[in-house]
Amino acid sequence: MMSYIARRFLYAIPILLGVNILTFLLFFFVNTPDDIARAQLGDRRVTAEAVEQWKASKGYDKPMIWNSDANGLKKVSETVFYDKSIRMMFFDFGSSDSGRDINYDISQRMWPSLAIAVPSLIVGLAINISFALMIVFFRGTTIDTVAVVICVFLLSISSLFYIIGGQFLISKLLHLVPISGYDTGINAIKFLTLPILIGVIGGIGSGVRLYRTFFIEEISKDYVRTARAKGLKETTVLFKHVLNNALIPILTGVVVILPLLFMGSLLTESFFSIPGLGSYTIDGIQRQDFAIVRSMVYLGSVLYIIGLILTDISYTIVDPRVRLN
Amino acid sequence: MRLAVHTTLLTTLLALITSHSAFAAWNNPYAKDESNKNILYSAFSERPKYLDPVRSYAESEYRFLAQIYEPPLQYHYLHRPYTLQTQTLTQMPDIVYLDKNGRELDKPIKAEDIAFTEYRFKLQQGIKYQPHPALAKNKDGQHYYHQLTKQETQSLKTLNHFKHTGSRELVANDYIHQIKRIADPRLHSPINGLMQNYIVGLKELNTELKTARSDSQTTIDLRDFSLSGATSLNDHQFSIRIYGQYPQFIYWLAMPFFAPMPWEADIFYAQPGLAENNISLNWYPIGTGAYMLSENNPNLRMVLDKNPNFRGQKYPSTGDIGDKENGLLDDAGKMIPFIDKAVYILEKESIPYWNKFLQGYFDSSGISSDSFDSAISFSSGGDIEVSDEMRAKGVSLETVVNTSLFYLGFNMLDPVIGGTSERARLLRQAISIAVDYEEYISIFLNGRGIAGQGPIPPGIFGYQEGKAGINSMVYDWQNNKYQRKSISYAKSLLEKANYKNGIDGLTAKPLSLFYESVDQGPDSKARLNWLRKQLEKIDIQLIIRSTDYNRFREKMSAGTAQLFNWGWNADYPDPENFLFLLYGPQGKVKHKGENAANYNNPEFDRLFDKMKNMPNSPQRQKTINEMVKMVQHDAPWIFAFHPKSFSLQHAWYKNTKPFIMGNTGTLKYKRIDTNLRNQNREQWNQPVTWPIILILTLLIALIIPAVLAYKKHERKRAL
Repeated sequence: MMSYIARRFLYAIPILLGVNILTFLLFFFVNTPDDIARAQLGDRRVTAEAVEQWKASKGYDKPMIWNSDANGLKKVSETVFYDKSIRMMFFDFGSSDSGRDINYDISQRMWPSLAIAVPSLIVGLAINISFALMIVFFRGTTIDTVAVVICVFLLSISSLFYIIGGQFLISKLLHLVPISGYDTGINAIKFLTLPILIGVIGGIGSGVRLYRTFFIEEISKDYVRTARAKGLKETTVLFKHVLNNALIPILTGVVVILPLLFMGSLLTESFFSIPGLGSYTIDGIQRQDFAIVRSMVYLGSVLYIIGLILTDISYTIVDPRVRLN
Repeated sequence: MRLAVHTTLLTTLLALITSHSAFAAWNNPYAKDESNKNILYSAFSERPKYLDPVRSYAESEYRFLAQIYEPPLQYHYLHRPYTLQTQTLTQMPDIVYLDKNGRELDKPIKAEDIAFTEYRFKLQQGIKYQPHPALAKNKDGQHYYHQLTKQETQSLKTLNHFKHTGSRELVANDYIHQIKRIADPRLHSPINGLMQNYIVGLKELNTELKTARSDSQTTIDLRDFSLSGATSLNDHQFSIRIYGQYPQFIYWLAMPFFAPMPWEADIFYAQPGLAENNISLNWYPIGTGAYMLSENNPNLRMVLDKNPNFRGQKYPSTGDIGDKENGLLDDAGKMIPFIDKAVYILEKESIPYWNKFLQGYFDSSGISSDSFDSAISFSSGGDIEVSDEMRAKGVSLETVVNTSLFYLGFNMLDPVIGGTSERARLLRQAISIAVDYEEYISIFLNGRGIAGQGPIPPGIFGYQEGKAGINSMVYDWQNNKYQRKSISYAKSLLEKANYKNGIDGLTAKPLSLFYESVDQGPDSKARLNWLRKQLEKIDIQLIIRSTDYNRFREKMSAGTAQLFNWGWNADYPDPENFLFLLYGPQGKVKHKGENAANYNNPEFDRLFDKMKNMPNSPQRQKTINEMVKMVQHDAPWIFAFHPKSFSLQHAWYKNTKPFIMGNTGTLKYKRIDTNLRNQNREQWNQPVTWPIILILTLLIALIIPAVLAYKKHERKRAL
């Protein structure tokens, strides 16, 4: 398995390099170094000389990818791409165009993102699995039909509606929790309750419906019939046998998103004023801060690759028949 | 036994839930112990980018900087029109005119003899900086933190990690030091280029510093460089010399660009490792103002605390008409600041911001279009007032026309719409009539604006109200108000221009114009459709070219745009700050200036050169009137509108008056009645718990049949 994992990590290098180049090209296709300079310096009273000075100070005055005036390796190394993107491969994100250390900012802002994402995932998973199993227990009955209709209804509602509706109902009308904001330590609980609640409720429709499908598929298999024939209680059949075997597709979905929990949720963080990585990315895009954008895209790609590898590993844990080679 | 325990727990839970008073204000986003403190709560939606006063040039930054830094001058809080007064000076600066040899000119002074103008300043004594580690000294008088190694700075992640702080008196050299910083190429001051044209020696200093910066890897101490145009006589007197005459220079002296900076700050922040740890002047200001930034976390909140070293000032004892009646002079002569702390919380979305204001957790609020209808109502006479709901909460409304202008510009270099030909002029005038900005203000701005008559907004010298100020090319004066000219008149102008029914008489093709749009957001489509329809009224087809702001800027620089929208916010309350937008030597294409329409009228330029050096006087007004008439006639812009700001204040928020000159700190004048705020917050935020009980009951009601169904299912015999 170790060699498999090592191989997967080696495969990741050209993928990450490709992501890097693509991000670089796309960003600079839309924004020239002059645009970036003006975004940082502002529009008013800025002279062309000031723009040139800013570019020189940030290294944006060099050729983009290929320096034809330089010699030898410097043709590659004396470029904006090399300066800005190569060291990022080693997770040295450097400083943003406005001068802040990106590594430090990420280390600060990932915690609020995780504070919402992890409980939302765990509580959501528990509730979705429980509901799905309950529906499966009553499969073929009116309860099953009504539950599926409710699920379809819930998943048809946009997440924005859940957020605004939740804020309106829970905070504005009932005054139960603060409408938005964030704090550190134990004080964070009162701010996190509502976004987590909304995250969980917002995910019930799709989650329950998906897991119901997994369970229904399992429940019609021979081993379930055998378990019942042995006289096992239906709850034992569902929670011990069906759940265990349905975990593989569930894990596929869950493990792959685990690393991405760091990246935060753009909408939730924005509406609840939570200083996570989601809003950090949006800020970077809005300010045309290439350093932040490329760092976040790169980080997202790395985490996604890690997620895929973790999924593969988790297969071997939940299903002994699977071997990684 | 177990049942009894469960019952007790459930009863306790329900009792807690239903006992409102035990959990008063569950939704309070602030710490409990803050409720009785004298704290202002406000919000910001855009994080400040730069807090170094030499770099900062945005309202979102001035909101904080203006409370911390003290330029020599400030605007009077209550007087209108805005008037300058001293801030750290004992008196307004002496202005002395010099000949080319630097000798003082005798009166009467002829403008052509003036080679330099010198501003002479006298500082108040005893002004001290806020506590800051850069100023901390040990017993031997040595600075604690001026020779740190990279190893020592490694663990210092915020300013609070420095054990010692210190202060010292503000001296004249601190102002000179800051002017030198403007010239420092490393600091990218936006006014570096502009000020090089005025401040004697700044250009030379800039060149010198550029060389020094490129040659040296070590820290540069600006004290080693001289600036010939700025000299200090002693610790409390200094002067600034500028080339020729630039009367508007005095307004710059009220902006943070000219705030004092102790040399120690530059030495301190330049130490190895601090910038990597995000400890910089952009993050941790050092000022002499009423407040100091004690927490800078723009992803969450910014906190200003009262500066313990602040010398104290007095609340103004004179105001404008109506200020006394409005209670704005109740605190006259009292020592300021009143508020101990101001907490600014990041709120990116308008809905939570608005709801928190309604709950009393923000002391004031703007009005977004989402909340406009619930906040504002129109009286039978058409007057704007707060809605009944707001009135019941004691909320008051303040409105002010901003010293800004939005305009629809015509590129005067364009062969169709631009130029000085009669044909193009008539076409521009016809379009100016057709685009009905009164309608725009009503539809898209909820009435929050007034249609522009010329380039100068209300509140700035040169603006004329009523019939005198009307744009007679677009409006008629009827029944004591202006009335837009008819579409048939606009069409007749087009006919004169050989565009009868929108057909170009020379080519026999329909006239199509291009509009560069950077409009984005939910209303953009409606706005663009509206604009298209305005031109359709006079049979002109408008083709929208949507573009992002970067490309738009490029097109403007290259002069390839035809019609475009832009705007300008006043830097200072002088007509020069608006009329220069139409000054030939400011042409965007030729001179990379701010004249985006590339309007070039030698007569206008001549009058501008004359007007900009005149004091506010009837003669100046006459010259301005001539210039305004000229641009109304030539119509390089449609003077679209001047936006109006609406803001709401809770009853406990005192001494608030709309104040547009953002570079002056006004927080020091404000006061909070904390008792009233606490009472209202408690009254408005009682938790409503019955829905929780209802949901719990419903859940139990659902669980019981589910359990019964499960048991029944389990009892069923296998088939």
